[in-house]
Amino acid sequence: MTASEDPELAPTAARLAQSRTVAPDGLADDVLVATAVADGFATWPSPIGDLVVAFSPAGVLAVRRAEEREALARDHERRTGRRLLQVRAAPPALRRRVDRALATGRLGDLDVPLADVTPFQRAVLTTTASIPPGEVRPYAWVAREIGRPGATRAVGTALARNPAPVLIPCHRVVRRDGRIGAYALGTDAKRTLLLAEGLDVDRLEADAAAGRRWLGSTTTGVVCHPTCRHARRIAEPHRRWFASARAATDAGFRPCAVCRPLP
Amino acid sequence: MDDPQPQVGAAVPAPGHSSSADDADGAQATSTVQASLSTLLADDLDRGFEAMVDATRDRLFSGILRLVGDRATADDLTQDTYVLAYRALRDWPATRRQELRVHGWLWTIARNVVRSHHRRRGRRPAVTDGPPPEAPDDRAVRELEAGAERADSDRDWARRLGRLSPSQREAVVLRHVVGLTYPEIAAAVERPPATVRSDVHRGLRALRAVLDEEERE
Repeated sequence: MTASEDPELAPTAARLAQSRTVAPDGLADDVLVATAVADGFATWPSPIGDLVVAFSPAGVLAVRRAEEREALARDHERRTGRRLLQVRAAPPALRRRVDRALATGRLGDLDVPLADVTPFQRAVLTTTASIPPGEVRPYAWVAREIGRPGATRAVGTALARNPAPVLIPCHRVVRRDGRIGAYALGTDAKRTLLLAEGLDVDRLEADAAAGRRWLGSTTTGVVCHPTCRHARRIAEPHRRWFASARAATDAGFRPCAVCRPLP
Repeated sequence: MDDPQPQVGAAVPAPGHSSSADDADGAQATSTVQASLSTLLADDLDRGFEAMVDATRDRLFSGILRLVGDRATADDLTQDTYVLAYRALRDWPATRRQELRVHGWLWTIARNVVRSHHRRRGRRPAVTDGPPPEAPDDRAVRELEAGAERADSDRDWARRLGRLSPSQREAVVLRHVVGLTYPEIAAAVERPPATVRSDVHRGLRALRAVLDEEERE
C-alpha cells in the first residue's frame, strides 16, 4: 500500500499526522444524548441556586439541586436502566422552553411526561401545575380538585415526590392554616421561591394565623383565596375577610370560579 | 523545527502509520478493529454505536478540524456526523450493519457535513487569514488554559493547508490525519485510487514547500 509513496515526503506526512489531536471532552456524551442512546442533563440558575434538569427527547424527566447531580444520575439509571449524562449545552428548543418556564412560572409548551408516577400522583402534579405564579392553594384544595377530598395527606406525599420541583410548582401548595408547610428542597427554598414570585409570604402567614383566610369582595359578592388575582384587586373598603369559605357562603358570598375556594 | 528523520534501518513509518505513540494500527489491525465494531453494531446498535464513537472520535474530529480550521465548528460538525450516522444505522438491518466498513463510511458522512457547512458559509476552508472566532466563553477559556501554543497550531495548520488545492488538502488530511487507506479515501471522495494517490503526493509536496517557506522566515 505504501510502496509508491515517496520516502522524501515521509517527514512531511509525519508532521501532518502529528497534528492529530483528541476530540474535546464532552463531545462523545453530547452525541449519545443527541441520539437518545442516553438521557442528558444540564444546569439552570434559579432563585434557590443552580438546578440540574434531566431530559430526553420526550421532555423534562427530573429536576434537582445541582449539588445532587450524581445522585440524580444514579437514581435515573437505577429506575430506567438508561444512563444520564451531562451535556455541555442543552438542546436549543429545550433550553428556550425551560428558560421561559422558569421566567414565567408556567410550563407553557415544556413537556414534563411524568412517565413513572401513579395516576393519583399525575393528577396531583397536573393540578398543581395549574396554580398561577404568585398564588398559592391549600393541600386540601388540590385534593378536592382531583376528586379526592379526603386525601389531603396523600396529596402532601405525592408532592413530596414531585420529580420536577420548581417547574411543577409544588412550592405553591401550602397548609390551610396559612403556614407555608413542608418542601422537598427545604422550607427556606419554598419561601424563597414564593417571594421570588412576588408573594408577600409573611403577610399571608400573618393573615392566616389571625383567621383571615378567605377574602370576599362586597361589590361583587365573590369570595376568593387571598392570593387569587381577583382577590388582589379588591379595593380596601370592599374587602371582607372570612375564617372559612363556609362562613363566606353562609354570609351570601359565592365562591370565585377561578380559584374555587374550599367549602 | 524539523521533526527527527526516521531511523535508517528501521521501517520507514508509512504515511498514516506515523511515529505517534497511540497509533498502533497496521492495515490488518485496523481491519480487525473495524470488523469487531461492525459486529457489535449488528448485535447491539446502541452499544456498538458508543464503541464506534469512542474508537473514531479523535481522528474524525482531527480530520474535520484540519478541513474547517477552528475547533468550535469542528466540534459541531463532528457531532452532526455522528448523529447522521446513528440515524442511518438505526434504519439498517443487522446484516447490513455487519458488513459496514466504519472508518470510510463515517468519512463519507463527514465529507458531506463539511461541504454543507462550507456552502452555507460561502467560504473556502482553512482561509489564510485564520479561522473564524471561536464560540464564546467555555471553549475560549479551555483553549487558553491548554496553552496559546495549541491555538496557534490550529491557525498554523489552517494557514498551511489553506495553500493547498481543495482536493489535495482533503486527500492529505484523509490519508495522514484521519488515517484512511487509499481504497477508503477513493470510496469516500468518489474518485479513482490513482487520482487519490496523485493528490496525496502533490499535496504533500505542496505542504512541504509551505513548511520550508515558513522555516526560512
